[in-house]
Amino acid sequence: MFDSANIIVGLEIGTSKVCAAVGELNENGALSVIGIGQSKSRGVRKGEITDATAAEEDIRNAIVEAEQMADVEIRSVYLGVTGSHMRGFNNHGVHPVVSADREINEDDVQDVVRNAKAVNLPAENYVVHAIRQHFTIDGQRGIQNPVGMLGARVEIDVHVVHGNLNRIRNSIRTVKGLQLEVEEVVFGGLASSLAVLNNTQKELGALVIDFGAGTTEYVVYSNGVVKHTGVLAVGGDHISNDLAYGLKLPLGRAEQLKLEHGGASMDEALRGKSIALTNEVGLPARNVNCDHLRRIMSLRIEETLQLIDQDLARQGLHEYLRAGVIICGGGARIPGIQDMAERVFQMPVMLGQACSINGLSDALKQAEFATTIGLVKFGSLQHKSKAGKGGLLTGIKETIGSLMPGRRG
Amino acid sequence: MSAFQSDAGGFASKTLSIRVFGVGGAGGNAVTRLLLNPPGDAKLTVLNTDSQALAACPVPDKHSLGAADMRGLGAGGDPGMGQAAAESDEERLKEMCAGADLIFIVAGLGGGTGTGASPVLARIAREAGALVLAVVTLPFDCEGSRRRKQALLGLEHLKAEADGVICLPNQKVFKLIDENTSLVDTFEFTNELIADGVRGIWRLVTQTGLINIDFADLRSALKGRHAESFFATAEATGPQRAKEIIEKIMSSPLLEGGEMLTGAQSVLVSIMGGSDLSMAEVNRIMEQVNRHAEGAHLILGAAIDAHYNQRLSVTLVASRFQVEAPESPGTIESHRSVAADAPEMETHFLKRNESVQHTQRFVAPPPELSAEKTQELLQARGMTGGGRRRKSANSFQQQLPLEIVSKGRFEKSEPTLHKGEDLDVPTYIRRGILLN
Repeated sequence: MFDSANIIVGLEIGTSKVCAAVGELNENGALSVIGIGQSKSRGVRKGEITDATAAEEDIRNAIVEAEQMADVEIRSVYLGVTGSHMRGFNNHGVHPVVSADREINEDDVQDVVRNAKAVNLPAENYVVHAIRQHFTIDGQRGIQNPVGMLGARVEIDVHVVHGNLNRIRNSIRTVKGLQLEVEEVVFGGLASSLAVLNNTQKELGALVIDFGAGTTEYVVYSNGVVKHTGVLAVGGDHISNDLAYGLKLPLGRAEQLKLEHGGASMDEALRGKSIALTNEVGLPARNVNCDHLRRIMSLRIEETLQLIDQDLARQGLHEYLRAGVIICGGGARIPGIQDMAERVFQMPVMLGQACSINGLSDALKQAEFATTIGLVKFGSLQHKSKAGKGGLLTGIKETIGSLMPGRRG
Repeated sequence: MSAFQSDAGGFASKTLSIRVFGVGGAGGNAVTRLLLNPPGDAKLTVLNTDSQALAACPVPDKHSLGAADMRGLGAGGDPGMGQAAAESDEERLKEMCAGADLIFIVAGLGGGTGTGASPVLARIAREAGALVLAVVTLPFDCEGSRRRKQALLGLEHLKAEADGVICLPNQKVFKLIDENTSLVDTFEFTNELIADGVRGIWRLVTQTGLINIDFADLRSALKGRHAESFFATAEATGPQRAKEIIEKIMSSPLLEGGEMLTGAQSVLVSIMGGSDLSMAEVNRIMEQVNRHAEGAHLILGAAIDAHYNQRLSVTLVASRFQVEAPESPGTIESHRSVAADAPEMETHFLKRNESVQHTQRFVAPPPELSAEKTQELLQARGMTGGGRRRKSANSFQQQLPLEIVSKGRFEKSEPTLHKGEDLDVPTYIRRGILLN
């Protein structure tokens, strides 16, 4: 019923849930999300697959649900990857223009990007993204697109996101086991930022924090380009675990308490209050002190935000964040996290919502779908750049085949 | 550091005097092992209370301890006896230690001689002005809890006396050997490990490396720190050897899967390779070590040995400092005599144990006591500084294990380390915030 060429699917294998989103590009190039499928994730810890069989089953459930909702058959996905092994840094590439008339053509641009990507990384690391920042021609900085300009020397700044090849392969393998093609792997934090930021915010400079269950990713934009990325393998799971440990509760109960009574702040109204827990037959079993619950939670959240803050301070990026901080992911649902983040970062903090996409508005409003929606958006950008030439993220396309063993050149 | 060498290193081969003492049965065996492949011009000495064992030992320089009291019959597993034996021969030990710059004390803790005599020897050696490094084993679990307690007690004493104690828990060696290893081979293996450790450090300070660590570096890193150290060695060949070595070291049970690196204040890395050792390899190894032990004082040594064709070997010693003892010799004496069993310290230990706030597992420093206060305390207990060490040895309160923080669902996953902190442990515990 749909032209499958215009169907773009994002798949995120998260620590708490596996989520697939189906997007459709109409003839004007506008993207709308027409289906979402999700499943509780059991085989993932800290953003990485630890039980491939369980993960495979969960992915299948999520994909089937998305297929039914969107009434399409899913053949290929854009896969979100994350994990503590992923790192980002800025790199620089130089290329002399050799043509007689000194005009810079598409090949020169490809060469300079390749030079910038030739990073001195250990062999087991794989460059997931090399995102273009700015070109410099003969010392003139801040050039967006050098094709057709004259110069003797092209330079480029790129932001390289890399990760451990085998760990990335693990996710790809699991997905391929389900007879799905992987179009491209995308860093989860980058996808989230694509979903929740509009162009103005990217231009002004913003920090996007995707507070997930297993990992917390963050991406800094400034002047419209990615300046910094990072992953902390700390997330909502840690909060539940802290609560389970501190309040001496089973993990499931701690998780439930977190969702029902959790919060990032020490509420005055809750001081001295306690929550009565009931056992399986409904009789009161024991009381849990609200103060303790909130204190354990707020300390963990505060620490996580502070770690990000420290990292930004090291990179000297605070001055660039004129549009403030945007929080998305499941962590955005914690009551009071906005105030807490405002206190830590000393700048305005907003909760993220997917923007400039049409479709299921319920899904778009939910912060925990940011990555998946972002993957669809990433896919649509790739799609458009494939159709026409030049786009935000051209040059990062790598055939996924090169990632899989046996087919490497 | 590579181009210039400080004086101690520059003339190391001529002036640096290193002695190795094997104390007790296990110590003797380890030194015997060292004799097979001695590092440089080794001055190896074996000390034992058991003349029979001593007679069987092939090391030429051997001395009987406490022959007058015990008639060479051994300490019978009583550290008190071992201590008494060493104290009765104090003059002779002083003579042996005189003039040495670096003294290794190799012993197996848990028995009588090694446990009792090594701290005495360490004290004597330190008073003679040497840097004292003890390399000791802790007994296997199957040797019983009494031996284990004795060993831990001895370890505490030794830590208070020596500049650094490198500890090799035998139980962890179990994980390194395969199940069918014979008893003889197992002990051979632990002896070899100890010998490796001694050789590694020996090599580090005596051989001139590309990136040189000399005796002065070691001294400044360890002197007066009373460090407890863990060590691991690994060797690999082939193109992926740097990566392989890191994996081997990080998975070494002796470092508890790299966990021991996390809280280490000082990490000493000695890299040894053939002429094909590349900077990238050194860099890769150090990068990984750095990542695990962020904030630690890293001491790197790299040396080239022509025999190491294609081979790469790394010795890593991670230390946790206990207490910055005052350097002046006058206070050391008084400090030492109370360090073991001042009543204040016992309560101090207990307090520390109650609150789990302490992330590092090292023993809390004993309270600083002035000389007068010390005297006062001693008098209050009706004792003088002299002959009470022997009595107090068994009344020393052992440190209770700190509450082990379970990592719950992250028990099995890769730890999230940030600047040496394990972020999987609840924040409120790491920050020491008490829930009342």
